[in-house]
Amino acid sequence: MTEAASRKTPLYDEHVRLGAKMVSFAGWVMPVQYTSIVQEHQAVRNNVGIFDISHMGQFIVDGAGAREWLNVMLTNNIDKLDVGMGQYTFLLNERGGIIDDLIVYRIGDQKFLLVVNAAHADEDFVWLEDHLPTVEAGASAAREVRLTNRSADFGGMAIQGPRIKELFHAVFGKDAQLPPRNMIADLPFDGARLRQGYGGQANVSVARTGYTGEDGVEVFFPATDAVRFWNAVLEKGKPFGIKPCGLGARDTLRLEMCYPLNGSDLSPDRNPIEAGLGFFVDLTKPNFIGRDTLLKTKEIGPREKLVPFRMKEKGPPPRPHYTVLQNGQRIGEVTSGTLSPSLNWGVGMAYVSATHAKIGAEIDIEIRGQKFPAIIEKKPLYKKSAS
Amino acid sequence: MNVPDDLLYTETHEWIKREGENVRVGITDHAQSELTDVVYVELPKMDRQANAKEAVAVVESVKAASDIYAPVKGKVVEVNKALEADPGLINREPYGQGWIFVLKIDNADDLKQLKNAEAYRKQIG
Repeated sequence: MTEAASRKTPLYDEHVRLGAKMVSFAGWVMPVQYTSIVQEHQAVRNNVGIFDISHMGQFIVDGAGAREWLNVMLTNNIDKLDVGMGQYTFLLNERGGIIDDLIVYRIGDQKFLLVVNAAHADEDFVWLEDHLPTVEAGASAAREVRLTNRSADFGGMAIQGPRIKELFHAVFGKDAQLPPRNMIADLPFDGARLRQGYGGQANVSVARTGYTGEDGVEVFFPATDAVRFWNAVLEKGKPFGIKPCGLGARDTLRLEMCYPLNGSDLSPDRNPIEAGLGFFVDLTKPNFIGRDTLLKTKEIGPREKLVPFRMKEKGPPPRPHYTVLQNGQRIGEVTSGTLSPSLNWGVGMAYVSATHAKIGAEIDIEIRGQKFPAIIEKKPLYKKSAS
Repeated sequence: MNVPDDLLYTETHEWIKREGENVRVGITDHAQSELTDVVYVELPKMDRQANAKEAVAVVESVKAASDIYAPVKGKVVEVNKALEADPGLINREPYGQGWIFVLKIDNADDLKQLKNAEAYRKQIG
């Protein structure tokens, strides 16, 4: 179905030059770490880190019917978005199961940017294409929707960490405006030649979003500018302790925040309500794909729920697919687990039967035939201490 | 990658150091680098008997859990308790303080099945 792990981002050579350990991920060759997952994780929590996210998919949807159509394809309410705003949302199948989770940005009155997971970009695109409104003869131009896959021509990087503001101004100039949270803006970078970008004039799009729990931005630019931009940020970031960070740290950072990973915590057999992400579903919308199932789940309550947990004792870290028990009875399965570098403690997320999914409940995780006690926690698993 | 000449090796990336009737076992520099930061080590039980290629310990990194195998048949006579408090020793000193266990070997001839440094270097390319 998918080609071998051979796709390289425009930053491949830079990763190799920096000594990254490269692994295959979702059909791409990506850095899992440069020096150490733990060090990279700490750089993002304490200073700032930079991640190549060029493997992620980018689609443009525009046309007079774009807004209305996306509101049927996606769970969150797109009418809440003014131009320049983004929101987290889901693409569901007819059964309410999750095809992908993504961020949609309104980048023009009738124009939207969708940033989707690398592992699902092709599948998402086909799904969307298959659901484009059919244009009957004499149909009004008001229904027109154009869908374009820009994944190949655009690179992206996430720059995340508490020192982002200083770094942003070092890169874009002291008068540049850092977009507010969840907003996206086009910014000229380093007097670079003007190029046709998402907004049509500038050549870098900067969004104040991320997947780490730290303040930060995600930047999208033409693939041909990727190396220059990456190196400029690394250079300007030196005084702020910047580190290039791989997929390993990306995973531990997101897990501490309980941000789900599609393919681990989300799947076509799980819906957003079971995943505890009903906040990003607007059931008051009259119609969107999967709505009927979600209404039913909401009414009768989900059978299982995704819950974060923390081990009670120091011991082996939990891992995906480990069994969750309570009083010796199987109540669920771990979907994500690791040793949290910030807490230096085993943490994870698991789907457990709804009757057992109570904050503070004592559970056991079965690891190599032995039971290890854990406790169901509130989100997030890691909170920044007031400083 | 560091592959000391005076040690023996397995295909599964353990190193073996002969100490009279015993062998000291750990994982290679190459293995620790592939595993990334080691965060937990499950040591073998003292006095347990193990067959060659039997999983006796587990080394866990941030990313995954990996089995560690007995290189030859024998009995576990010593385990490195220091790894419980500081599993990162495996990353920092894979051939030194990061050793994992000591095996009293059944038959010294079994060691002939293991790789020398040159063969192991060839294996990891």
